[in-house]
Amino acid sequence: MIQTIGRRMTIMVPQIILLSILVFLLAKQMPGDALTGLLDPTIDPAAIEAQRERLGLNNPWYVQYWDWIVNALQGEFGQSFRFKMPVTDLIGERIFNTFWLSLATLVLTYLIAIPLGIFSGRYNDTLGDRMITGYTYLGFAAPLFIFALLMLWLFGFKMGWFPTGGSVTPGMVPGTLDHLISKIYHLLLPATSMALITTVTTVQLLRSEIIDIKHREFIHTARAKGASESRIYNRHILRNSLLPIAAFFGYELTGLIGGTIFIENIFSYPGMGELFFSSILLRDFSVVVTLILLYGVASIIGALVSDIILGLVDPRIRIK
Amino acid sequence: MPEPTAREMTKGEPPLPAGLPLMEKSPPGLIILWREIVRDKLALASLVFVLLITSAVYITSFVLDQAQVVRVDLFALNKPPSSDHWLGTDYGGRDIFGQLIIGTRNSLTIAFLVTALTGLIGITVGVVSGYFGGMIDNFFMRVVDFFLILPFLMIVIAFIAVVPKYSIYSFTLIMTAFLWMGIARLIRSKALQERELDYVKASRTMGSSHAAIIFKQIMPNLSSIIIVTMTLNLAANIGLESGLSFLGFGFPEDTPSLGTLVSYARNAQTLESRPWIWLPASALILVLMLSINNVGQALKRAADARQRRG
Repeated sequence: MIQTIGRRMTIMVPQIILLSILVFLLAKQMPGDALTGLLDPTIDPAAIEAQRERLGLNNPWYVQYWDWIVNALQGEFGQSFRFKMPVTDLIGERIFNTFWLSLATLVLTYLIAIPLGIFSGRYNDTLGDRMITGYTYLGFAAPLFIFALLMLWLFGFKMGWFPTGGSVTPGMVPGTLDHLISKIYHLLLPATSMALITTVTTVQLLRSEIIDIKHREFIHTARAKGASESRIYNRHILRNSLLPIAAFFGYELTGLIGGTIFIENIFSYPGMGELFFSSILLRDFSVVVTLILLYGVASIIGALVSDIILGLVDPRIRIK
Repeated sequence: MPEPTAREMTKGEPPLPAGLPLMEKSPPGLIILWREIVRDKLALASLVFVLLITSAVYITSFVLDQAQVVRVDLFALNKPPSSDHWLGTDYGGRDIFGQLIIGTRNSLTIAFLVTALTGLIGITVGVVSGYFGGMIDNFFMRVVDFFLILPFLMIVIAFIAVVPKYSIYSFTLIMTAFLWMGIARLIRSKALQERELDYVKASRTMGSSHAAIIFKQIMPNLSSIIIVTMTLNLAANIGLESGLSFLGFGFPEDTPSLGTLVSYARNAQTLESRPWIWLPASALILVLMLSINNVGQALKRAADARQRRG
């Protein structure tokens, strides 16, 4: 198994290098460079040219790439010209908001998926199962942004049950209980909206796993031994059918990335997706580039986590 | 149940007269798909609905003048629905109903184009790497793996932001460039299975060229899976286009699309008190995607003999 993980990690290295090259070339296409955010227009063009030369901005792209990647590895991603602060600090402010949003969504996703999937699989072709299947059909087809918009309109504006933006009520003192409650309150609607859509694939997967497993021989054996129905479902079937769900956990993480961009945008939630969006609109490209790199590495790691869990669960697919 | 072979059928019986078929030929894939759709009333209704909307939208947009629809009218800003404007007007006094028709046409056109292009690339890459295997397969699959780990939405938005002279064509191309991998992977795994079957080996022994085997023998066997994927992708692409347009990175501003209509709802006041602007477009996206998905799911059942209803 350790060998498998090692081999899987070596596949990651060229992927990350390719990703960084792509992101770097993308950044080169973007107007403006490290100096645009710092200089004021009254400076003599010759002085700017001298500065460009000194900073290596006139070097060929592969030399610049090397300088950039060496800096990036040291956590140095340049300045945001909009906020006049290092990109690393700026992202550090937002990363926790996105982390909490993703965590809340994941928890809700499984809180919804596991009971629904078990019910649907255990009592398949009953009325309840048909309703759950109908919901998964709807959730599968509905685009996240429209669903989130409808939720915001209904529960945020029409009913007024939830706040319509932000991550915390302004004026709260960090560290107090009220601050924490307010944070959770602000998370609830965005996280639920996203979870209700992302959960459907897990519900479908769990349902078909359970239906598949409950006709296997070892279940008949367990029943013949006189195991109670609840013991069969809770121990024999559930344990087996949760394995593939666990394995898709990493891909679930990757899927959250696209989702948070929409959700943070719609609910004006100050996370990294919202930062990405506003930065690209204002052409603050050092932030954009860093975020793409960060999210790219995150999804590479997500795929790695999934493959490792899959390998642990199912020895047949370990990389030879 | 496996179909009886010719020998089993004739065993112990007098030989059949020449010219008579030994067994009933199973119907071609397309007919099976069609039968499944007809049997599934919901899917049939969805198909009819999609076809109706599509033809209605394309036909009316011939009559409708796009410049007329997107013309700003300062005397009719944000008007609720009336007899003049069936679905009201937006912040520029533009008629929502007209925008909805043109927007649906634009969204559908892009979705069809992207689906066709990604299909073309994905099927080609998939069949070639699945059929030939070895180095070619290895190379293409590493490329696919790489594309799949990219954060799709961010990369596409970044590309759209940096492309000079951004137009509908660049939009289509950028979307296509990052969407062909799923089909490639699926088709590759199917082609890989097909390749191992005896008929391919037999055909090769008889001297058929690779091209003949791919186009005349393997492709027809993959046709139903291709149709299923393309249908489901069409629905997904409508969602993607409208999602990107919603964020402001889809159609250029002067070209209405379903997503741009929904994007007016990013203004809190419009979202809260002027639902006529964004709600119809949202509902239309939802219903269109749901219907196309319905058709796709029915086709998927038909393509998988174990799940077929009839």
